[in-house]
This record gives sequence, structure tokens and C-alpha cells, in this order.
Amino acid sequence: MERFLQQIVNGVSLGSIYALIALGYTMVYGIIKLINFAHGDVLMIGAFVSFAVTTFTRLGFIPALLISMVTCMCLGVIIERVAYKPLRNSSRIAVLITAIGVSLLLEYTLMYFVGAQTRSFRQGVLPATIYNIGGVRISVQQIIIILLSLVLMMLLQFIVRKTKQGKAMRAVSFDKEAAQLMGINVDRTISFTFLLGSALAGAAGVMVGIYYNSIDPLMGMMPGLKAFVAAVFGGIGNIPGAMVGGLSIGVIETLVAGYGASLYRDAAVFAILILVLILKPSGLMGKGGGSKV
Amino acid sequence: MCKKLGVVALALVLVLSLALTGCSAKKNNAGSGGSTGGTIKIGANYELSGAVATYGNDSLNGLKMAVKEINDNGGVLGKKLEIVSKDNKSDPAQATSAAEALAAQGVAVMAGPATSGNFRATLPVAQSNKIPAISSSATADDDITVDKATGKTRQFVFRTCFTDSFQGKIMANYASNNLKGKKAVIYADSSSDYAKGLAANFKKQFTENGGTIVAEEAYVAGDKDFNAVLTTIKSKQFDVMFVPGYYQEAGLIIKQARGLGMKQPILGADGFDSPELASIAGASNVNDVYFSNHYSSLDKSNEVQDFINAYKAANNGKEPNAFIAMGYDLGKYIADAIKRANSTDPVKIADALASTTSFTGATGTFSVGPDHNVIKSAVVIKMTNGQQVSAERIK
Repeated sequence: MERFLQQIVNGVSLGSIYALIALGYTMVYGIIKLINFAHGDVLMIGAFVSFAVTTFTRLGFIPALLISMVTCMCLGVIIERVAYKPLRNSSRIAVLITAIGVSLLLEYTLMYFVGAQTRSFRQGVLPATIYNIGGVRISVQQIIIILLSLVLMMLLQFIVRKTKQGKAMRAVSFDKEAAQLMGINVDRTISFTFLLGSALAGAAGVMVGIYYNSIDPLMGMMPGLKAFVAAVFGGIGNIPGAMVGGLSIGVIETLVAGYGASLYRDAAVFAILILVLILKPSGLMGKGGGSKV
Repeated sequence: MCKKLGVVALALVLVLSLALTGCSAKKNNAGSGGSTGGTIKIGANYELSGAVATYGNDSLNGLKMAVKEINDNGGVLGKKLEIVSKDNKSDPAQATSAAEALAAQGVAVMAGPATSGNFRATLPVAQSNKIPAISSSATADDDITVDKATGKTRQFVFRTCFTDSFQGKIMANYASNNLKGKKAVIYADSSSDYAKGLAANFKKQFTENGGTIVAEEAYVAGDKDFNAVLTTIKSKQFDVMFVPGYYQEAGLIIKQARGLGMKQPILGADGFDSPELASIAGASNVNDVYFSNHYSSLDKSNEVQDFINAYKAANNGKEPNAFIAMGYDLGKYIADAIKRANSTDPVKIADALASTTSFTGATGTFSVGPDHNVIKSAVVIKMTNGQQVSAERIK
């Protein structure tokens, strides 16, 4: 039982990170029906920015987190303006391929400048204290990851549900033309979506970087793919779905690895993707009908 | 659209066939060459970027240091050595094309790559161009110096390091004899031949010593979260954990294992040898960590201390690691063979490399056996608080 609870703690910390990344996928898909494959690389940039901030300026966790989120916001908006906006009326496959191009561009540009080797954060950015609660060990870092993810997700829900800009997002996602006719600035709304999603990816990048203490220019690929699976699992385009999907994927992956099949953890995640696409393409919480991807 | 594709494909085929004939034409020149003008060219095919870039860069730096020393002392056969280096980006396919490029440039010897998988990818090029290829750290058992398919020793393939079976055996003996372990867990990188070889040989020797392997788990290079598997391992009764793999994942495994409250000794092989291991794991977590290596700066012998002092003098007092020491020995070994061959003909150099006995370098004394594997000893290094604190030579 103790072991099972420990696995749940492991799974939920991993899942919170997936959930944060999945939110970015799902929002962008909800608005412009694009799987933004560069999303994982925005996370990577976020991790590197926080690495640079904590290493060279000796600032602490909170400033590093904020600087990373702001940098990623700008990056997200620039990517949207430069790479996706000119293709707004092209076929979806063209935009999808552009997204893959942007992803490779970010990875290898950074690799050119900083090299491919793994880097680690300086000690003490976050305390490494570990609490032992009835045999289940949980670290301060895991608690911060889970809490921060929750706070950011609630903040996002608030923005989407309660603000005017959020209303505009929902309107554009529902019907772009009609929203435009109602006087909503569609371009600005799409930029705003990228801004929000990228900020969350940046936050996830900082947490991945500090929690695992190892960053490299290709670090965004795997979490990016798994978060994509999480978004599809929860129902792509659906914000609560991305949260539930992220947590479920994290827990499922941990349980598969922890109970016998350590080599099949990634296979299990992608098997879920295949099963969801075959059995319920709209995902756990998505609305029925319509083809995905 | 289809027509266009056809034209492109046709053009590609033409270009490729041109490139291929170009290669085979150059092959014939290579036999005569190895030296142009006043220099002897030494090809260096290393992992200068990519996942294992520190191994490649360190090996190349060691090689450069040896070549500089040799050249400062008048070179070999009255000629200076010249390193022609290529980056294989830690990728086997790139390693093959880098080897092709080096062969085309008429090098006398090819040094590197540093890892077994990449080195293996260059062997067909070495054999068909009749140019000796030597790695200073490709420790895989299978299919390196001895062709797995035919069982014959590859005439042009050499290495200056011991093999995985030897390291796995050394660590198993260390676990049973020095650490008095009876039950071991193996948590291996399943995506590298290196780690698989180590795991298999550790298991064999540890069982022969009367121990039991209570769990065997695996991960894939690039994984970052090991908590799930470590939680399962923690629930088992065991004395030592053997983690064959490279420092990126091993660092994270040490960090997460200690975070989960596992206090057992963690053992590894030369893949642990990087200052990054302690910074990824966090120095305070790196206690009771042991790994086998070719060399340790804690070794007090003259050859080792001379090498360390020379390296420190040239690098602002920085300590050399094993990959640098092995790259250095590789340079000296190549120069020694060229001198004994009294020729820059790659075939004669290969004969000289094969007949080396009692060559002494910074990583110990070795002789080359009939299977082109070397006979030498290993050191087991203990780490406490992220620092290497002691080294024992184990035969």
C-alpha cells in the first residue's frame, strides 16, 4: 500500500507537468485546429532561460520562473506571427508541417549556440528537503510542482471563463467568422492564446529543469509528445480534459513502469493514443464527432 | 507532381552513384598514402556534439596533447603528426560517413569514435580501405575487434581499453568481495550495447560468486523519471545496485534513489566518469558510489603522475579524466606503432599495432592479444560527497 501511494505521488508529480504542457496544445488546437508541435520546444527554451537566470544572475526560483514565462510568452507570440499567421488560410497539413519545422529550428538553433551536452542547475534553487509521511516520501520540489500546476490551471480557467479576453477566445474557437463579424479581433485573440499556452510551457520547463536537474536542447521532445497524448486522451480542445488527461497519463506511465514493465512505459503511453484515436477520437471529455489531427 | 518526384529521384540516384564511384576511386590511393608533404595524417572521428559529446571531446583533447608532445620532440620518422578531426554527432550513421571522409583524405590511421556503437559503424570502412581504426574507449565485447559473423579477428581494428565483460566482472567481484554483497539489483540502460554487455557479465560473475540477482529493471537513454521503477526496487531486499549506463541517466538515478531513501551502494562502470555525474545527482547524494575505470588521478605511479602534471600545466591546473588519459595513450600508441613499422603505410602500421607488447601509458601497461584486445588491469573508484576519494587497482 505504501509502495502504491509512493507510486501515486510519483505519478501525480509527473502528471502535473504533462497537464501544464497539454493545456498549451489543447488551447491552440481549440482555436486554430493546429497541433503545435513546437510547443515542447518552447518548454525547452523556458528551461534554458531559467537555467541562465539562476546560474548567471544568482536570482531565485520565483524571478527565474517569471522571466522564463515572459520570455516564452514573447517567443510563442513571435512563432505564431512569423510561422503560422501567414498560413492562416492554407491547408491544415501545411501548418502542421510548419510546426514541425519550427520545432526543429528551435532545437537545432539552440544546439548550435549552447551545444548538445546536458547541463544541470546549481544546487539550492529549490530546497531539496524530503518529507516522510508514513513511509511515503515526498519532496518539497514535488509539492511545489503540484501546487504551482494547480494554481496556474485555476488561473487559466479564470481567464478563459471570467474575462473578456477569455470570452473572445471561446467565441473564436466556436466560430471564427462569426466572432469576427461580432467585432472580435481574431488575430489578437489567437496571439493571446499562444501567449497563455507558451507561458504555461515556460513554467513547465522551469519545473522539469529544476526537478530533474538536467536540461538539453532536445529535452522538449518526449514531454511534448506525451503531453500531446494527454491532450488527445482528455479530449483535444477541451481545457479540463487536458488537466485530467495529463494527470492520468502521468499516473498510468508511473504504474506501468513501477509494476513490472519498466521498458514499456513509453509504449503504454502511445498505445493509449492509438486506442483513444480508434475507440473515442473525441477523448474522455471532448464533444463527440469530428475528426482529430 | 509525380513526374517532378521522378526527376528528383533520378537526380538523387545519379548524384549518389557519382559519390560512390568517387569513394571507390579514392580507396585505391589510400593504400599508398597516409602521408602528404611533411606530415603524417591521423584521422580523428569523434563525438564532438550530441549525447556523448564529453567523451568525444575529452578523447580528442588527450589525443591532441600526445600529438603535440610528439611533434615538439621532433615528430615520428622525421615527420610531424597532423590530426584531421571530424564530428560524428554521437550518431552511428554520421560516424560511418565521417570515416569515409577521413579515408578519402588519405589518413594513415583513424582514431575514435569513443563509444562502441559508433566505433562499430566505422569498422567496415576501416577494413575495406585497409586503414587501421583504433578506439581508446569502445569497450563492447561483441563484434568489435573480432567479426561476430566469421569469428575472425579484424585485421585493421584495434582498441587500447579493456572490454565490458572485464568491467562487469570486476564490479561483480568488487560487489561480492569488497562490499560483501549477497543480493544485487541491476538497473540497466537497455538502449546501448555497452550497458547490456556490462549487465550480462555482472550477472554471470555475481551469480558465480554465490550472489543472487533479485531484480533486473531497464530504462532507455533520455529517460528522466526513474521514481516509479526505483520505488519498486526499494521494496526488494538487496545489498548493492548495479547501474550500467552513462552519467546523464546514472546521475538522475542516484539523485532519485537517494531521494526515495535508498542507502545501498550504487555501482557502475566507466560511463559514470564525468564531473557532470555529481552535478546532476547533487554532490550530497553521491555517497557510496563505486565505478570501474581505466585510470584514476588518485593512482600514484610515475606514468600517471607525469601525465597529470603535464596536463595540468597546459590546462590551468584542471585534472584530466580517464577519457583524456586514454586519448593521450592512444596518440602515444599510434606514434609508437608508426615508429616500429618504420613506414606510413597503413597496412604496415596495422602489423606494428598488432605486435605491441608491454606498452606503458597513463592508463597502465598493456599488450595486444591475438584477438586485438588488450590485456590490462582496472581501477575501482569510490565516490563520497560527489568527490572521488579512493582508487584500487583490480586485476
